[in-house]
Amino acid sequence: MKRGNFDIDFIHQIISMIYKLVTDAAAAVADITDGSTLMLGGFGLCGIPENCIQAILEKGTTNLTCISNNAGVDDFGIGLLLQQKRVKKMISSYVGENEEFERQLLSGELEVELIPQGTLAFRCMAAGYGMPAIYTPAGVGTEVATGKESRIFDGKEYLLETAFNADFAIVKAWKGDTDGNLIFKSTARNFNPLMAMAGKITIAEVEELVEPGILDPDQIHTPGIYVHRIFEGKNYEKRIEKRTTSK
Amino acid sequence: MLDKEGIAKRIAKEVKNNTYVNLGIGIPTLVANYLHEGINVCFQSENGLLGVGHFPKEYAVDPDMINAGKQTITALPGASSFDSAMSFGMIHSKKIDLTILGAMEVSENGDIANWKIPGKMVKGMGGAMDLVASAKHIIVAMQHVNKAGESKLLAKCDLPLTGKNCVKRIVTELAVIDIAPEGGFVLIERAPGVSIEQIKNATAGKLLIHGDIPEMAL
Repeated sequence: MKRGNFDIDFIHQIISMIYKLVTDAAAAVADITDGSTLMLGGFGLCGIPENCIQAILEKGTTNLTCISNNAGVDDFGIGLLLQQKRVKKMISSYVGENEEFERQLLSGELEVELIPQGTLAFRCMAAGYGMPAIYTPAGVGTEVATGKESRIFDGKEYLLETAFNADFAIVKAWKGDTDGNLIFKSTARNFNPLMAMAGKITIAEVEELVEPGILDPDQIHTPGIYVHRIFEGKNYEKRIEKRTTSK
Repeated sequence: MLDKEGIAKRIAKEVKNNTYVNLGIGIPTLVANYLHEGINVCFQSENGLLGVGHFPKEYAVDPDMINAGKQTITALPGASSFDSAMSFGMIHSKKIDLTILGAMEVSENGDIANWKIPGKMVKGMGGAMDLVASAKHIIVAMQHVNKAGESKLLAKCDLPLTGKNCVKRIVTELAVIDIAPEGGFVLIERAPGVSIEQIKNATAGKLLIHGDIPEMAL
């Protein structure tokens, strides 16, 4: 891939081998082009890469394929990209809580592939582990199985599901260091470490960025080898979808 | 006839001691409120938590700690958090003893539909297809009839399926019903004040009635 006199693949290599730190979200997503396939971490609005979504929105990138468990809400998360019709296709497991999404889906403006949540996780995992496919019983006998190979193991039927192939994985972590090591917090972990392993280029935004050696190696969830770019995010809103409390 | 809380109360009696349980959104979530004294249960939330606790006090709300219904929650002492592959790994390797979930339709051979109404509503299956494919025991909590008054217990599901031959037991506002291995809805218990006639009228699929049918003890 060429842009001007620079070989982008070569630049990626330099960035990943020598220096992962980028200044901000705009720099991290600078080479995401129209038509790219993105993995975006998060479950609902929990653990989503807020800074990168905003930067992609401001950059004007369009025609995107997004692999993400959910599609945000109308005015937050991936919902922001949907509202501006930047998304060509969504691959998700649950898309409730988003009226604009449902409208685009039912009107046929948006292509949507709904897949079981475990299948979504395992297809990320397969990509991260270098496996071309996995077998799962989820969706057997349903329309999810249409056109898929299946096989019987020990009398039970399983579907063959292939690994995802994404240009970029964009994840959000709690803490990270400049070598790309990541630690996630509570249920904000969800798909993030799986997607981090699965992207051709993985971009991590973190709430707190530290120097190498500060994080305990035994506590690292994602080893730095999987992360190509990292920066400390700003102004996290961490919006709550269903604030539920007890007295 | 039971209200939603009543359905949850009846299902709570099904929860055995020292088990791992996954609760779906809606009525199933209420089951946690009615567990019997001395029943030790660990709740899994498929977004990545074992040991789901109560909803937090206002001051303890943490946006990074939610359940699969996206509600803010707390983690109990002994809880663990993990990624989505591990979460569904424990589901598919049959570590979860009981799954309780809602449904739009159940058929007499145990098929369940709960994720899509073609042309009208598409929310997605979330983790439901995984849960019903691999849970050791599945109980459906739902209303016996839909808002239009049509039975949700059918000979065959009309809506797109979530899973095939997987439901074991159904608890509705009218009855407790099992799926017979050879097919058919076996009436196990009646809700307080509900007659067998009422249950027959509300059940479109084949209802099997063997002997006297006791009233539920709640």
